[in-house]
Amino acid sequence: MLLRLHDVAKTYPGTEMAVLRGVSLTMVAGDMLALTGESGSGKSTLLHLVGGLDTADSGVVAIDGTDLTPLDDAGRAALRRGTVGVIFQQFNLIPSLTVVANIAFQARLAGRHDPDLALALATRLGLAAHLHKYPEQLSGGQQQRVAIARTLAARPKLVLADEPTGNLDEATADTVFALLCELVGETGAGLILVTHSERLATRMPRRLHLSEGQLT
Amino acid sequence: MTGSILAALLGHWWRNPLQAFTLLAGLALGTALWSGVQAINAEARASYDAAAATLGDGNLAQITERDGGVIAQDTYVALRRAGWLVSPVIEGRLGPVRVVGIDPLTAPGGVGPVGTTDGAVLESFLSGEGQIFAQAATQAQLPDTGANGMLAPDAAPNTAIMDIGLAQRLLGRPGQIDRLLVAPEQPIRQTALSDVAPDLALLPPQDGSDVGRLTDSFHLNLTAFGLLAFAVGLFIVHGAIGLAFEQRRPIVRTLRALGAPLGRLITLMAVELAVLAFAAGAIGVALGYVVAAALLPDVAATLRGLYGADVSGQLALRPAWWLSGLAMAMGGTAVAASGALWSLARMPLLASAQPRAWAMARQGAGPVVVAGMLLAVAGALAIWGTGLLAGFAMLGALLIGGALVLPPLLALVLRLGQAQARGAVAQWFWADTRQQVPGLSLALMALLLAMAANVGVSTMVSSFRLTFTGFLDQRLASELYVRTTDAAQADAVAALATPLVDAVLPVLAVDRQIAGYPAEIYGARDHATYRDNWLFLRAAPDVWDALARGEGVLVNEQLYRRAGLDLAADVVIAPGLSLPVLGIYGDYGNPAGQVIVTEAVFRQQFPDVLALRFGLRIDPDGVAALRSVLRDQAGVADAAMVDQAAIKALSLEVFERTFTVTTALNILTLAVAGFAILMSLLTLAAMRLPQLAPVWALGLTRRRLAGLDLVRAVVLAAVTGAAALPLGLALAWALLAVVNVEAFGWQLPMYLFPLDYLRLGALALLAAALAALWPAWRLSRMPPAQLLGVFRNDR
Amino acid sequence: MIVRVLVLLLWLPMQAMAQGFAGLGTDGAGFAQADPDTVLQFPADHGEHPDFRIEWWYLTANMTGPDGTRYGLQWTLFRSALAPRDGQGWDTPQLWMGHAAITTPDAHFVSERLARGGIGQAGVQVTPFAAWIDDWAMEGADFDALRLRASGPDFAYDVGLTAAGPLVLHGKRGYSVKSAAGQASHYYSQPFFRLTGTLTLPGGDVPVTGMAWLDREWSSQPLAADQTGWNWFSLSFDSGDKLMGFVLRGDADFTAATWIAADGTATALPDGAFAAEQLAEHNVAGRTVPVDWRVRLPDRGIDVTVRAMNRDAWMATSVPYWEGPVTVSGSHAGVGYLEMTGYDD
Repeated sequence: MLLRLHDVAKTYPGTEMAVLRGVSLTMVAGDMLALTGESGSGKSTLLHLVGGLDTADSGVVAIDGTDLTPLDDAGRAALRRGTVGVIFQQFNLIPSLTVVANIAFQARLAGRHDPDLALALATRLGLAAHLHKYPEQLSGGQQQRVAIARTLAARPKLVLADEPTGNLDEATADTVFALLCELVGETGAGLILVTHSERLATRMPRRLHLSEGQLT
Repeated sequence: MTGSILAALLGHWWRNPLQAFTLLAGLALGTALWSGVQAINAEARASYDAAAATLGDGNLAQITERDGGVIAQDTYVALRRAGWLVSPVIEGRLGPVRVVGIDPLTAPGGVGPVGTTDGAVLESFLSGEGQIFAQAATQAQLPDTGANGMLAPDAAPNTAIMDIGLAQRLLGRPGQIDRLLVAPEQPIRQTALSDVAPDLALLPPQDGSDVGRLTDSFHLNLTAFGLLAFAVGLFIVHGAIGLAFEQRRPIVRTLRALGAPLGRLITLMAVELAVLAFAAGAIGVALGYVVAAALLPDVAATLRGLYGADVSGQLALRPAWWLSGLAMAMGGTAVAASGALWSLARMPLLASAQPRAWAMARQGAGPVVVAGMLLAVAGALAIWGTGLLAGFAMLGALLIGGALVLPPLLALVLRLGQAQARGAVAQWFWADTRQQVPGLSLALMALLLAMAANVGVSTMVSSFRLTFTGFLDQRLASELYVRTTDAAQADAVAALATPLVDAVLPVLAVDRQIAGYPAEIYGARDHATYRDNWLFLRAAPDVWDALARGEGVLVNEQLYRRAGLDLAADVVIAPGLSLPVLGIYGDYGNPAGQVIVTEAVFRQQFPDVLALRFGLRIDPDGVAALRSVLRDQAGVADAAMVDQAAIKALSLEVFERTFTVTTALNILTLAVAGFAILMSLLTLAAMRLPQLAPVWALGLTRRRLAGLDLVRAVVLAAVTGAAALPLGLALAWALLAVVNVEAFGWQLPMYLFPLDYLRLGALALLAAALAALWPAWRLSRMPPAQLLGVFRNDR
Repeated sequence: MIVRVLVLLLWLPMQAMAQGFAGLGTDGAGFAQADPDTVLQFPADHGEHPDFRIEWWYLTANMTGPDGTRYGLQWTLFRSALAPRDGQGWDTPQLWMGHAAITTPDAHFVSERLARGGIGQAGVQVTPFAAWIDDWAMEGADFDALRLRASGPDFAYDVGLTAAGPLVLHGKRGYSVKSAAGQASHYYSQPFFRLTGTLTLPGGDVPVTGMAWLDREWSSQPLAADQTGWNWFSLSFDSGDKLMGFVLRGDADFTAATWIAADGTATALPDGAFAAEQLAEHNVAGRTVPVDWRVRLPDRGIDVTVRAMNRDAWMATSVPYWEGPVTVSGSHAGVGYLEMTGYDD
């Protein structure tokens, strides 16, 4: 079992309303699912819990058989390095590093840097001409391609993407989305794609909808 | 509209109290450092001017009664009527207070209650109840005399100055005078002193000016420190203002987009800054006062040691320095703000509204060029410049040039570091550190200047102390120095002392022109005292033996420099006698040239010159007994016998105190520089989140990131410190070898103190680490939600 | 420094009160006032009058050396009272100031002394006559034969004076009116001194002969409040006649003069009879001072040009002023002395 959520609840400190109220979900390797929902429905929060970026108030979050609940900061950091890969809507990249250093970064942290793979990914994503540029010199679409390359170069078991095309125009978004699905599919990793775009969600094999903190 | 713009601008500070605090604190600390040092300087200067001016009268010749007794007033009148321009002084104690009575009509210029207040009408001083000039504290200690107390803040402490008539009455000594001050300029015709008053003796001006001139050097030290403090303060103010503008770029953009006219916006920000600068300046001056008040007792003790006179340890609020403190805050703000306002005025309406402290990363080569030019100017001044002004200009160019060269230097070092880095984290660390440099550069420049100043001033003070100690050992080798008034007394002293002492060293001196310059020629007896204690800047082998054989002369550094009399150069001592230079010695505190020949040569060339002064070598325990013998049997006045061991001890103690002050100021400047770093880090912390969040998301813990931030601060401080060392040594060299030569005519040898520098370096690293501690701690405790906020769409 | 401040406060309370030159226009309350009915008594009036506020013994001389070089000499003793009383000891309110100068065609030497009365450092006694401050003195058995000495850092002189004519009383029997409002002083002169003696200059001693003019004046308020200074002329014509004339500068100028015939007969001339018109100005010590004058006394047919012998004869003393020898040409020829006050800023 790649991912198992059971009865997960989360309330942010200082707020009344629970963001997640008893969410349960399972995924196996190769599963690709789209997670949709209104703004504030808890999509991103769910993704953050799975990515070890935040902790649940109750319930079980287990990735690849490992329960995240008892993990400390260092344990969750290790999870982020080695097991999952996260792609955000923006500000994914490390501004002080070049494109090629950005792509290699997570793989090197995880201790499985493969220059050939990284270069292949970059080429597939059309970044070959931009390897020694800095992120601020790239367009939004190019930046997201770098983020994708970086995530996949680290060969995570589960890729988490939070509105990765939210800032892009429709044509670019379609291209980036297609590349993401294609490359993730090739690696056999799982993918959770958070989006509010019905158009993209319909192109995913499995769809879940989050409403008022519960999956429907 | 003005109101709403103002509300929006001020609202920023209201919602970001930390930024408001850093701005105010930065300005206030810069001001405090400056005004603190200035306060100490002004106070010390005023104190010793007062001590010297309150009839310290060391620069005047004096006439006293041969046996130290009282001078009759009629004798004074007789001297005046014989053409002697002398002025009477009576001294005594009224309770705990030293009373000094003078005659303002005849007192030589500069003597008397300096800077008396406007109420000082001569009529009131001379007649009626009279007036007493003294500090408030002294007035309070005086018994009720019926005279009007006049506040004279510049008077020496514990001293009351009044008309001689009033003093004679209060002391119950009508018609009596203790001593006469001799005006420097006398009429061309006057009757010989011995014909008018055979019981009186003329004492030439004291030789104590040696020490007096050394205190000038101490002041130069403080002045230099003031200059450096100013530079540090300026950088801190500049940094605070620059950040304040960066932080408010979004508001300015929004306001302009909403139609606020640019001109009015800039005017309002300028006014707002002026108000802030004034408030911060006032706080800074108050802080500076506290600092100065805390350090001043040491300074006062230092000067008390030097003059043996009472010097007040209290701080007076002098308008000059609090005004200069405010001016520093306002002026520094104006300089810093004008640049920021200029770039604001040119900012395109649609420019990125994000704070972009780090986006300055790729700025042009301008600063490097300017820095290079400044350093070139400093070098040129060092080689070709003459005059004190050139010396200070060189210091300034060196400082600013050194500061400007720091950011490119840091970038270079960090690039090298990055090239060496292997791991992903290490590589990111160096890259990220490079990106922090622009945002931190002003604070780092402040640290650089603070450290350079500390290295420079420590080196100067320590070199000064070593030199001075050696000089004292050399010059004040004899235990007791005796001045006699005539040949008879001189013979008596020599006869009495010879059986009681190890050696009698006569001081034989005559003023002559040497190589066209006024100089003194001394005759030295061949004695171990000289061989054991004298240090030479340069000397021929067996210099003392050659001197004793009359084969040459010694010259002091001043004469060597002025007349170019190097070793082996011939010096014309008298018509028909010229001897080569055998040695050159340092002569600190003496403006005139000096030549030393052996006693035999001297007596042969100047047979008319009598030795009226003697150095007596004796077991220190026997000094007191010897004094009483000379006083009782040869009639030598107490004032004419100087126990040099006591003076030496006192002088050395002075330099220990100087050290205390210097160390305290060192720590203070480093603390201020550390605070500048803290401010910058806190300000950058919010802007840095987009740089940190991805790294955190990719699997570094917050603790690790915080730890790296600490290391980063230390690395930056270490590089800065390494750069500060040569800059500081260059400063010290400029102070010792350029400024001091221009100011005083002699060069102080420069010594290096590696342990001191290591300690300073450690202190600087500590300051940087402490400054980074809190921001790092905040980072390690930052809620994940805040880091995740970076990635949110609605950011 | 304090000396200077105090001296300014002493001799120039005027700076604060801005009344006349050197405080001479300030209120003389408590002091004796000049009285037209006073009959001067000699030798007693050669001595001091401590109940008056201000008084001077003021001697100027025109001399020539063996080579014909002209010299000027000044010796002045001022007395200024802080209060109208005398006394012994430091408490006395009588203060003394001496000015001495030698003027050569190309140099001007000045020295100044200050002293308090009551302790013997300065003062005046009548018989035998002596007026002194420090080593400066004007003394003799009587007023007709005096020895005069002074010294400074760069000059000295020692000369003898013999009276060759009578004393001259100015104004109305020595009561000299100084303004339209009636301010006045007691004022007499001995303009007939013959002088022989020695000047000591940086270049060495110079024997000189010539003639000297001594002015004696005392008052408690000689100037009106609006009078800021004066131009005073003492001219000796080759004919043996002499003229003393002054212009007091105020809202309206006030002039007075005394015509002294060669035999000593004096005629006082009223306000307006004497006129002085400035011809040329000279910059000295940062001030602009008129140094050449056209002097007229139509009553006596006088219309002369008066020129400074050395234009730089500035007295850089506590109270600065211009004082130096002059050359007279025009309807009459001769020499004289010119004093100009109130140009000190």
